[in-house]
Amino acid sequence: MTLAITATLDLKGLSCPLPIVKTAKAFKDLQPGDLLEVLATDPGSVPDFNAWSKATGNQLLEQTQDGGVFRFLLKKKEA
Amino acid sequence: MSAELMKAIEDAAVELPYEPAPSVVSTNGKPRPAAEPAVTPPPVENKLVIILSHGDFESVTAAMILANASAAMEQETHIFCTFWGLFPLLRDDVRITGDNFMQRMLSFMNRGGLSHLKTSKFNFAGAGPAMFNVLRHKYNVASPKELVESAMDLGVKFHPCQMTMDMMGLKPEHMIDGLEPPAGAASVLMLGRGANNLFI
Repeated sequence: MTLAITATLDLKGLSCPLPIVKTAKAFKDLQPGDLLEVLATDPGSVPDFNAWSKATGNQLLEQTQDGGVFRFLLKKKEA
Repeated sequence: MSAELMKAIEDAAVELPYEPAPSVVSTNGKPRPAAEPAVTPPPVENKLVIILSHGDFESVTAAMILANASAAMEQETHIFCTFWGLFPLLRDDVRITGDNFMQRMLSFMNRGGLSHLKTSKFNFAGAGPAMFNVLRHKYNVASPKELVESAMDLGVKFHPCQMTMDMMGLKPEHMIDGLEPPAGAASVLMLGRGANNLFI
């Protein structure tokens, strides 16, 4: 199965709570099953995206780090 | 990031309803005659109620960051603004308010509006907030004003305190747009039933 990323959100440089706030806003425009790639540099976003995923039920599929950039792949839950 | 923090998040799933407390054996070794009725805590809704009673830069920022995160996590979120916590909700262009000398003096000494927040420490006649503004830009932290706009955008409800408005001589036309009708203590306690409540 290939993962077709619907959109990429560049949140590099932003501090808490903006990464999850902007992600939540972006999720409103997505359809269930859509994949959103998020790039952030805030180290606090790693636990925050895990907590956000747990709270909202939107799945955190992948979590990788490349240098100082954290990449999260999130899947919108079924309505 | 610590492994402990990750584990805490992993373990944070709240299973509802709560299981009743296990039966307790008394310390003298004899079994209790009858099981005491299990105390079931009230169900906790995924809801956050913040009572904002301070109007300084750091309190408002903390409250707004938590409110934004809470709303982003799809929790119903309310902020009840009382006493000094009400002044940030004044419009920036409102200057002297009040119907008598004391209220007018108060508004003169304590200018409202999200652009005029003072810090509770190191204010130094505005030098402290100016310094925080520089740091804020350097580290891409949102301003209190941006955080309030973002919170409203995410559906956070702001409730002004009626008593504070009356006592401080603040009128609905002095306040920013998008607020809920003024409310009182019983309303905020009802809102907070079964919710997470924070007093900031």
